[in-house]
Amino acid sequence: MSAVREVVTEAPAVEAVPKRAMTLGYGTSLAILALLIVVPLFVKNFIVFQLTMLLIYGLAVLALNILTGGSGQFSLGQSAFYAVGAYTSAILMEHAGMNYALTLPIAGVICFGFGFLFGQPALRLSGVYLALATFALATAMPQLLKLGYFEYWTGGVQGLVVTKPDAPFGLPISQDMWLYYFTLVVTIAIYIFSVNLLKSRSGRAFMAIRDNEIAASAMGIDVALYKTLAFGVSAGITGIAGGLGAIAVQFVAPDSYTITLAIQLFLGMVVGGVGWLPGSIVGSAFIIFVPNIAEGISKGLSGAVFGVLLFLVIFLVPHGARQIAVAAQQLLGKLRKN
Amino acid sequence: MELFTNQVLAGIATGAIYACMALAVVMIYQAIDQLNFAQGEMAMFSTFVSWQLMQWGVPYWGAFVITLVFSFLGGIAIERLLFRPLAKAPILTNVAGFIALFAIINSVAGLIWDFTIKQYPTPFGSSPFLGSQLISTHQAGMIGVTLLLLVALYFFFRYTRIGLAMRAAASLPESARLVGINTSWMIALGWGMAAAIGSIAGMLIAPVVFLEPNMMGGVLIYGFAAAVLGGLTSPFGAVIGGFLVGIFENLAGTYIPGVGNELKLPIALALIITVLVVKPAGLFGRPIVKRV
Amino acid sequence: MTVMLNVRDLRAYYGQVQALHGLEFALNEGSMTTLLGANGAGKTTTLRAICNMVRSTGRIEFDGAALAGRSTENIVRLGIAHVPQGRGTFTTMTVEENLQLGAITRKDKAGVVSDIERMYNHFPVLKARHTQQAGTLSGGEQQMLAVARALMLRPRLMLLDEPSFGLAPLIVRDLFRILGKINREDKVTILVVEQNAELALELADQAYVIETGRIVMSGTATEIANNEDVRKSYLGY
Repeated sequence: MSAVREVVTEAPAVEAVPKRAMTLGYGTSLAILALLIVVPLFVKNFIVFQLTMLLIYGLAVLALNILTGGSGQFSLGQSAFYAVGAYTSAILMEHAGMNYALTLPIAGVICFGFGFLFGQPALRLSGVYLALATFALATAMPQLLKLGYFEYWTGGVQGLVVTKPDAPFGLPISQDMWLYYFTLVVTIAIYIFSVNLLKSRSGRAFMAIRDNEIAASAMGIDVALYKTLAFGVSAGITGIAGGLGAIAVQFVAPDSYTITLAIQLFLGMVVGGVGWLPGSIVGSAFIIFVPNIAEGISKGLSGAVFGVLLFLVIFLVPHGARQIAVAAQQLLGKLRKN
Repeated sequence: MELFTNQVLAGIATGAIYACMALAVVMIYQAIDQLNFAQGEMAMFSTFVSWQLMQWGVPYWGAFVITLVFSFLGGIAIERLLFRPLAKAPILTNVAGFIALFAIINSVAGLIWDFTIKQYPTPFGSSPFLGSQLISTHQAGMIGVTLLLLVALYFFFRYTRIGLAMRAAASLPESARLVGINTSWMIALGWGMAAAIGSIAGMLIAPVVFLEPNMMGGVLIYGFAAAVLGGLTSPFGAVIGGFLVGIFENLAGTYIPGVGNELKLPIALALIITVLVVKPAGLFGRPIVKRV
Repeated sequence: MTVMLNVRDLRAYYGQVQALHGLEFALNEGSMTTLLGANGAGKTTTLRAICNMVRSTGRIEFDGAALAGRSTENIVRLGIAHVPQGRGTFTTMTVEENLQLGAITRKDKAGVVSDIERMYNHFPVLKARHTQQAGTLSGGEQQMLAVARALMLRPRLMLLDEPSFGLAPLIVRDLFRILGKINREDKVTILVVEQNAELALELADQAYVIETGRIVMSGTATEIANNEDVRKSYLGY
């Protein structure tokens, strides 16, 4: 083939979100927090369950935001980390009788390690190649979980049933309600951690790598370390989300964690606004509620309706929910001036 | 040794499917620098269209040609209507668009033609090819058509004006505009050609995997993998990649213990990724030098 | 004398940043003009604005036709060839393919073939390398190729952005000699943007000096070359 090489000056594949804009202002954050605390008290148990899932998927999308929006690495494989977290919790609870709350940090650490390890070979890949590699990981996971070798632990194709915990200290609230507030606390903790991570030196290193890897390494940033770290942190958070998901849904099974989940998380990130952490919950809402809406509109064409709704969203707000937030902010600014 | 050779030959036979799909993938990649996840669904839909024409009495080759034209125009229409407005949007948003397109096409096909498996005819017959148990006449026909396509594409890009214009637009869009090329239409043309090639792939594959809306899922991934292995800028590489993927898949299934049908895909992908780690631009791709 | 290119109140923007602040100049048909200025003055932006490669407002008229609202490729088809900074060579294609691309909008096959021969006469080094990949050519050769490719359009106006950049002085002289020839014999109006003021002023009839997005001086090349301030700032004496 030819000896001539193509010289590429690449625009960053993931567009930069200015650091300042990566989170919401204090006022808006507090308002949303208030809503999250109060609303579940007035709705039915099933809605509370859905809200819990909203938070859980929100965490998973947040993790992806750190990885892609933060360090610029694509991943279509988050479902694999979610699955590992879910199974870790399930196995520890059902086989070792461990308290559900304790399983979460363990799931987080195991997934962190798993993600960190996966990040190593991923170092040499980027863009479509990395997408393909993570895709392979996502498709492999359900199959690995079904393997005969592990059947005693994983329950094979049928999976494991997970016991939902009661509220502690005999509090007079339902299991769903307790689990919701427990998840809320975990979510807030992880959100604050993530915001601070991205504002820290590590966060700046991530973003430097995202924007221009060669320049970052020329500035002395240990690109390999930070990239694998990003994978690790992202996997760890996703693992915790998976653990919570296992408890909320009350079972784990290989076919719950297919590539479809990975694609949904990806869509959630795009709809929320890549790299915009608060958007994670908007993205999560999209992936939980829009398919239901689509099915409500037309059972036979639910996929098509979903696709059309997705197109509408990306035509109207190509930069995701962040675009709306920025526009709202500008509008408020103008109103204040007048 | 004989088992090995047999598996390699069988791999080449199945690899023809992936090679054909990989050609469509490379075609779209050179136009838009992206992998279109909906490519497989578009091919599937085209195949259904041809099937429907045959149900209405149109003979095979008539249906084939009509479908080809329909796919070409359809590809252009999809690009102009759905993806041109997204040209300035971030890449990830475009990817979300491909996913949306996938969902729409899959769902509509399911509604029109339902999910039951249908037989699809082959113009090549399915008797053993030259007496060999491993390759049927249909598979030989697939390999033949794929190679023919490859040659046709080579001549198109090398020796026609429009082929030259498309290469220029893909290589340096700004410079292409400075010689008067309408780069926006070159992208639309790329989509049209990719859709047409995809439809050929679908019509060749359907006799083997049977016609149903989810038939292209696995094939598309293997097609991507083959294109990436061959080097995304090289149609020749795509075809070789396709055959290699078919061989990998077969050898993995035969020689690696515990690998049932389900693990074949991840193992094949893992092998390809290993190659990429060693040779990032693929086997026949142009090495890319990145500048700050 | 007809005005080939008329630029009025040109303002150009890179995002929120304004790079040109009401630029105004005119090129007479058949003239050879040079636009001088320091780095960042707006020279490249001016050429890009003419070809609608950057967001701009104002009036640009080419041979009486307004260019506003036309896409880059349509502006090129009107007869304006632009040799960009960095040359924009299609490095993965052969020399001959690059020339063919220059003429890709033309319908007269025979004319294109004979024009390629003419280019080889202007630039013999290109003929020697005509089946080679353009990326393997030296800087000077690629510049010649870029000029030749632009000429394949049979343009009436040719814009060149710093053609001397990175080239040895002898090669630059050669290139400018050929540009002069093309200007006189083929009657192509030429606008050369340059940092290398000395050679540019030798070559051109007219000259403009641009500073931070505005024309600060205009006149014949000789006038500008003899101007005290220009000599101090751009000619070094």
